[in-house]
Amino acid sequence: MTSGTLLRQITDYANRADPYPLYAELRKTPVARQEDGVYTVSTYWEILSLLHDPRLSSDLRNRTPQPGCALPVEEDPGLPVSFIRLDPPEHDRLRRLATRPFGPPKTPRRIFNMRGELAQMISELIDGFQGRNQVDLVEDFAYPFPVTVICKLLGVPRQDEPRFHVWAEAIVAALDPNPAEGPAERQRASDQARSELGLYLAELIEEHRRTPGEDLLSALALDHGPDGQMTSVELIATGVLLLIAGHETTVNLITNGMLTLLRYPDVLKRLRDDPGLAVPLVEELLRYEPPVQLLPQRTALADIDIAGTTIPRGAPIWLVLASGNRDPQRFSDPDRFEPERQDNQHLGFGSGIHYCFGAPLARLEAQLALTELARRLGNPRLVNDPPPYRQNPVLRGPRHLPIAFDDLSA
Amino acid sequence: MSVDGPSQAFKRHGRIVIVGASLAGLRAAETLRKEGFTGSLTMIGDEPQEPYDRPPLSKQVLLGRMPADGAPLPRRCAIDAQWRLGVAATGLDLVGKRVRMADGEEVAFDRLLIATGTRARPWVKEAEADLDGVFVLRTSGDAVLLNRRLTARPRRVLIIGAGFTGSEIASACRERGLEVTVAERGPAPLVGALGGVIGAVAAELQRAHGVDLRCGITVTALEGDPAGRLTRAHLSDGTALDVDVAVVALGAMRNTEWLAGSGVAAGPRGIACDAGCRAFDVHGIVTDDIFVAGDVARSPHPLFAYQFLSLEHWGNAVAQAEIAAHNMIASGPDRLPHLWVPAFWSAQFGVNIKSTGVPTMGDKLMITQGSLAEHRFAAAYGFQGRVIAAVTFDQARWLDFYRKLIESAAPFPLDFANVDRRPEGLRPVPAEFPDPSLPSHGPTVTLSGYSPSDRRVTFTPAHA
Amino acid sequence: MANPVEGKQVLMRIVVDLNRCEGYAQCAFLAPDVFTMHGEEALMYTPHADDAQREHVVRAAAACPVQAILVDQWADQRADEPTVAREADVHVG
Repeated sequence: MTSGTLLRQITDYANRADPYPLYAELRKTPVARQEDGVYTVSTYWEILSLLHDPRLSSDLRNRTPQPGCALPVEEDPGLPVSFIRLDPPEHDRLRRLATRPFGPPKTPRRIFNMRGELAQMISELIDGFQGRNQVDLVEDFAYPFPVTVICKLLGVPRQDEPRFHVWAEAIVAALDPNPAEGPAERQRASDQARSELGLYLAELIEEHRRTPGEDLLSALALDHGPDGQMTSVELIATGVLLLIAGHETTVNLITNGMLTLLRYPDVLKRLRDDPGLAVPLVEELLRYEPPVQLLPQRTALADIDIAGTTIPRGAPIWLVLASGNRDPQRFSDPDRFEPERQDNQHLGFGSGIHYCFGAPLARLEAQLALTELARRLGNPRLVNDPPPYRQNPVLRGPRHLPIAFDDLSA
Repeated sequence: MSVDGPSQAFKRHGRIVIVGASLAGLRAAETLRKEGFTGSLTMIGDEPQEPYDRPPLSKQVLLGRMPADGAPLPRRCAIDAQWRLGVAATGLDLVGKRVRMADGEEVAFDRLLIATGTRARPWVKEAEADLDGVFVLRTSGDAVLLNRRLTARPRRVLIIGAGFTGSEIASACRERGLEVTVAERGPAPLVGALGGVIGAVAAELQRAHGVDLRCGITVTALEGDPAGRLTRAHLSDGTALDVDVAVVALGAMRNTEWLAGSGVAAGPRGIACDAGCRAFDVHGIVTDDIFVAGDVARSPHPLFAYQFLSLEHWGNAVAQAEIAAHNMIASGPDRLPHLWVPAFWSAQFGVNIKSTGVPTMGDKLMITQGSLAEHRFAAAYGFQGRVIAAVTFDQARWLDFYRKLIESAAPFPLDFANVDRRPEGLRPVPAEFPDPSLPSHGPTVTLSGYSPSDRRVTFTPAHA
Repeated sequence: MANPVEGKQVLMRIVVDLNRCEGYAQCAFLAPDVFTMHGEEALMYTPHADDAQREHVVRAAAACPVQAILVDQWADQRADEPTVAREADVHVG
């Protein structure tokens, strides 16, 4: 098997349920040039090192056009890219501005103080299972929960969800690097969706400016700090990013979590008996089944010598986080799910300056959700294993997760 | 008991004494137990408290966010030791293998770890140092006294010496709304540790936060009232300041006096040891059963031309203690070298300063990322065509990249593109380290030549 | 709950290896009464915390992306003899 076909296999939907044997194959060459010029990095130490290497850009404008490769894309002229697609100093400025109303040092308690609300939302969603013996965990819980949270946090009306859900799906579909799936078309659809979502948010932000609430969009629209203020388009781009990210990743963390627990019933039982187990368990989940499997957007700004290979300037780089998380050079018995793993410095949220912005919220959501699901569902079991997956190999998770159960605790 | 080649018997029944019950001593004790040492373990420390963490003393404690006596270090495992706290070791009998104690007792050992660390350099004039209102800051006891006085809201605090400790104290005082004057003999704060280019940024930070910073100035006298309370400080430019608190932050002195005449290569610059943490004797011969770790040690480092390096760094204390402890119970080929790359941090005026390598060895410097003007940057130091050190201001997530450049002796100047290269960082500039005798603060990393015995070195204490 | 020593309040002793710390602030999000950011990147923390903070401190330590937070249990006894009555050491992470 050549590595070129290996990459195709990884993006191939047929292998979505279990890409891990392919990652193991990929790790045989830690840094490998694939047939379309992409450099895959699949081992822990190399990924970690590159996440801290200032010669790696997250800005696609630095990429040398590759024959046969759809990227770089033309940017939507109306809306700038969000900070995850930017480098310092612009990235740092925008992320600092976005952090001011979200977390420390200026707003350290916003997420902490949401714990009660999160628990409330979880309870209500599970109460909705009443009178049923089977639910689709995705549709009935793991999707609506983080969406409700992000709407509340941003100040987006929950009832508009059907509108932005369609846009979010289209935007996320463009992250799929599978060249077989009509990338140009997907990109056009994504740009279109981004514009529409942008227009929607622009209107909403204007409303918040006039009648500010306690939410992030209001704070971002009105805040003045040492870095000044986001411009209107920057604010819209940030809003798009947060809405999509809050939408499309936590759902996978919770769904992957429940799927894993149902595959390890002894762990599920232990979680039911000891809610404190949720804390290390979610960390292990982020290692074992990370919701973001790989980062396909990085580009070398200079020739980089690493693991016996030179990545040339301008080359696209994929950092395969989920593979690094299963690297036996770093983690003992890496294919085993060990909720109390001691040495667990995983790459589930990335590392370096682009470390997941919403990580604290995602952690809390997953810890609280899994604990309650474990506590309240009586004798839960998988209806089919593996469940049907979503198309996307980057933001990987089940499309549906039917779960049968006997009864519901109060 | 024979301890040539640490036998299983030694691991089971040996006697280990650790002199110095702070960070290095504690981490060494834990490592001994974790690696299976079940013999007797004695911890001797001159302070009455169990091991505590010192860095918060100049930060959280002075900000009133935690009690000065409230930072005992967490344990990584039970260490089951006999504790002799509040009693200093006063002598070492190398032949008889005994440590003499201030209370007249002696403790016998098969193997000894010396981790006696440093103490604050006191104000040179004893009578002035004794004035009520003159402080140093090294121990939790010091912090209790200083914090109490700051809480009483003095009119003005004078800080003598703008090294890391002095600068952190100045930062805490400003945050508490106290008027602060900093007197520094060198041209800028931190200049002894990071050079003049970075020192200029440190000076900007101080002034932007309302510190009355006076560089190129020494304090010539401290004056008290008849009751012995500090009232004024006289400066070398002929001016005088009304102050009721002065903090002497002139660096540290190594606690080696108790080893005078013992035959161990101990002097003002520390105790020389090999890369395996075994102490040298005065003839430059490595000893078998005496080990050294932490601030008091000086050991050769292959990355820095095998010069003896002494490091007043938290991370070094941990790393060296772990290696020393391992080697105390390991035999020949299983012993490990202490190859830690120096690293430290300082938080002051809301900025996180981190460094790796040996900046003082660098003669050139490049601002490789960010910008000095924004007080947010990464800088690399070069020496003889390679990267020797780096420092970041609020850019810590990049520092590990530079550590790897240092470890791989990457060429300097750095010529590659990166995500935040600005025009000011394209060319190396002199790092502007002053004559080491000039700043009133220590560099915290000191290269001290090639001789294991530094008895011939005449040490000139810095004056303010 | 780990090992309360009878009649004594059990505290947690905390130390952060600030050489490892890269200022991700996860701890300051999750246990804001114990960990605070001083500026964008510098972390300050209280080196001990009581039982009311336990859940939050454990969360914070587990979430540290560079695993720099060391926590143990500590019976509050400020005597000269520091041998802890029962040491239930938890190196979280």
